[in-house]
Amino acid sequence: MAALHIQNLKKAFGGLPAINDVSLTVEEGERRLIIGPNGAGKTTLFNLVTGDLNSDSGTIFLFDQDITRRATHRRVHLGLARTYQIITLFPKDTLEHNIALSLLGLSKRRWNAFARSHLPEEAKSVLALVGLDHLAKRPVSEVAYGEKRRLEIAMALAQKPRVLLLDEPLAGLSREERGTVKQLISRIPRETTVVMIEHDMDTALDMADRITVLHYGRVIVEGNRAAVVADPKTREVYLGH
Amino acid sequence: MRQHWPWGLLLVALALLPLVSGEYYINLASQILIFAVFASSINLLLGYGGLPTLGHASYLGVAAYLSALLGLKLGISPLFAAPLALVGTTLMAAAFGLVSLRATGLGFLMLTLALSQVLWGTAYRWVSMTDGDNGLRGLARPMPFGLNLDQASAFYWFTLAIGAVAIWLMAVFVASPFGAALRGTRDQPRRMSALGYNVWLLRWITFIYAGFWGAVSGLLFVYYHKYIHPVSLSLTNSAEGLLAVIAGGSGTLAGPLVGAAIVMLLKNYVSAYVERWNMLLGFVFVVIVVFMPEGVVPGVKRLWRRYISRT
Repeated sequence: MAALHIQNLKKAFGGLPAINDVSLTVEEGERRLIIGPNGAGKTTLFNLVTGDLNSDSGTIFLFDQDITRRATHRRVHLGLARTYQIITLFPKDTLEHNIALSLLGLSKRRWNAFARSHLPEEAKSVLALVGLDHLAKRPVSEVAYGEKRRLEIAMALAQKPRVLLLDEPLAGLSREERGTVKQLISRIPRETTVVMIEHDMDTALDMADRITVLHYGRVIVEGNRAAVVADPKTREVYLGH
Repeated sequence: MRQHWPWGLLLVALALLPLVSGEYYINLASQILIFAVFASSINLLLGYGGLPTLGHASYLGVAAYLSALLGLKLGISPLFAAPLALVGTTLMAAAFGLVSLRATGLGFLMLTLALSQVLWGTAYRWVSMTDGDNGLRGLARPMPFGLNLDQASAFYWFTLAIGAVAIWLMAVFVASPFGAALRGTRDQPRRMSALGYNVWLLRWITFIYAGFWGAVSGLLFVYYHKYIHPVSLSLTNSAEGLLAVIAGGSGTLAGPLVGAAIVMLLKNYVSAYVERWNMLLGFVFVVIVVFMPEGVVPGVKRLWRRYISRT
């Protein structure tokens, strides 16, 4: 069973096609890398999969369920999680509270308007997974950029997603931080299927089972690392300039 | 763990007020309490939900009119009219929420304003029902457990009891997991959807809850004045509530209480000496916004911390 199956997906902004007839199948447990130059439609593709944007046509299946017209929050309850290219956290709240919101998102307790809101003990252990437990009580606005990146990933992992979409998780990080985050991603259990966007080809190639190259909203090359790197079309749009 | 003793102290001090002050100040305090409940209900939307409403007078006014009309037209006593008025107004909040929450931000503001203007216009024009500009007179206060509330101090204690419960229940609401989720939708609605929250439903439930407490303040309002006029449904009334929240500090529990006190003191006390009290209110508001843009309560806290750290 495919974890994520996309069929003939299209999305245009004011007549300009951002995603132009994309079909894509990601197997369960796979690590898929999506690369492409700026404006290739990578983030738009993620936004269509999560439901932040509605597609013009085409279908999206998550574990054989048609989710094309489902609301974003309902897709999350089917096991979909994501991180953002532009860090999207709750800056005034503590790291612990950010994780707690993530845990609460899948819990029935989120509707309870009369209980005391105490942070679940789990929040701490999730932070420990990404090595941030010592900052649990700090507001997000006070921690470093690299730590925010890790928190983003931790929030997604806290929900134990079946499919995780990572939008440029290495963007803006120093070489050292990059190593930390890469290690973090490589430790994600295989029950979770990971789809990752990277702008920069070299940084993430070694993490992927298969690679999809997107260009002007189309899939132009797809295959394993060697095949994609060797393909002249990749060189043309990507490595050539 | 938040400390509760300042609230307990405040409640005791307020309960003792009628023993040391005259009728004028007791009545003034009643009005502040009623307005504080009204402002707190606006704060649920503005401060915790990030939804600026300019139509909250609708719930105060409609609950008051319903209670008055049930009494005058159908002869239902205020005590039995109260639950009917609350249910009716809350249902109206549910319907208004469906319309208003088509948008957020300015769009939401305009929709809430438009809906409340419809009600205000209706109250003015539907003379056979509301007696228009004359308002509805000859209303009675309820007599819960046979207690007579016509005395200023008795009514004050009644208002204090209801007001304390109202504000406590609103405090519980915002401190709950639901409240945490609501604040999340205020700060990062998109992220909240991506975490599995139904942002729209969270907002709608809050809208209804805020409408309910607006209705409660409306009942207290009509019991206090024994009179209701379309001005209670007006934009001015909504705006004064909003002003109280912003001046006191939106998104804090104490903010609307302090803001309500400021607005009511200016309106009732100062207006006895200064004819153009609205101008003074505007001036005070400008000063607050310039020196404490986050509102009086967070502003004073900030100054206090700075003072402590200096000494």
